[in-house]
Amino acid sequence: MGGLPAGAIPQDGHDFALWEKRIDALMVLCGGKGLFTVDGLRRALEDMGEDAFEKHSYYERWIAAVNQNLIEAGVYSLEELGQRMAAVSRRGATYGEAQDG
Amino acid sequence: MPHDHHDHFHHEGLSPSGHPYRSDNDEPLSYWQCMEIAVRELLIEKGQITPAEIAVQIDAMDARSPANGAAVVARAWVDPAFKQRLLDNAGDASREMGFDIGPLNLIAVENTADTHNLIVCTLCSCYPRNLLGLPPDWYKTREYRSRAVREPRAVLREFGVDLPAGTTVRVHDSTADMRYIVLPARPNGTDSMTETELASLVTRDSMIGTGLPRQP
Repeated sequence: MGGLPAGAIPQDGHDFALWEKRIDALMVLCGGKGLFTVDGLRRALEDMGEDAFEKHSYYERWIAAVNQNLIEAGVYSLEELGQRMAAVSRRGATYGEAQDG
Repeated sequence: MPHDHHDHFHHEGLSPSGHPYRSDNDEPLSYWQCMEIAVRELLIEKGQITPAEIAVQIDAMDARSPANGAAVVARAWVDPAFKQRLLDNAGDASREMGFDIGPLNLIAVENTADTHNLIVCTLCSCYPRNLLGLPPDWYKTREYRSRAVREPRAVLREFGVDLPAGTTVRVHDSTADMRYIVLPARPNGTDSMTETELASLVTRDSMIGTGLPRQP
């Protein structure tokens, strides 16, 4: 997107929430352990298409890209992910309640 | 800042008032938060990472701040030999001061009387996070990434930096393994200041290039 026209730069900031920090940590740790490369992450982010940038926040895109790379690396399967996400959802209605234990 | 610039498109990442969504532990669980929990648990169960490693990583992230970069800049201002080493290899020079720079290449670019440097990552969000902490939200926006390389002077004016027409502006586009940090010019009138006092003049934005150091 470098060089494209765009509007004024939004200067509002926000503090990172715990789930965002965790995604950042997972990304760094998985990269450090060689589970995927930063190029793999970039490829997954680019594959989401341009409108993903408008529809999803920064760390939402990152967890999607981390997940895509881990499935491709065979760390876990799509079925395991789906089952686990369903189980997480059943634990509670909020992020705090959905933690295990 | 006025908020009318949000009218052009709607971000789901923004609240109805146009501010970034601030999710917390008591907000309704989102699809992506659910995925984060599931991915994290699977990585732990498969023995790939431990909860302790995640905690250490988050602590390290929280501990990094622009104060690290400011200390490096202030050292360069008072120690010409260090400054030369910083410009030769910013990673190694920063490691001398005890900062963990990781495996990435770090390049310091020097602002002078006639040259101003600005850093951006048009691809995504590459940033000298080991010296400055996590990037501010605006650094990751479509607006900054698009315009920094197209009309840097206009972008700088939005940040309150109005450069003389004769100043050369160099824009550095970061990549995953090549990060930049700006070495701002030492303000005039600081000859009697200590290194610690000088560091207090060095702002985050002055090391990105969207700002200038504070005046004493």
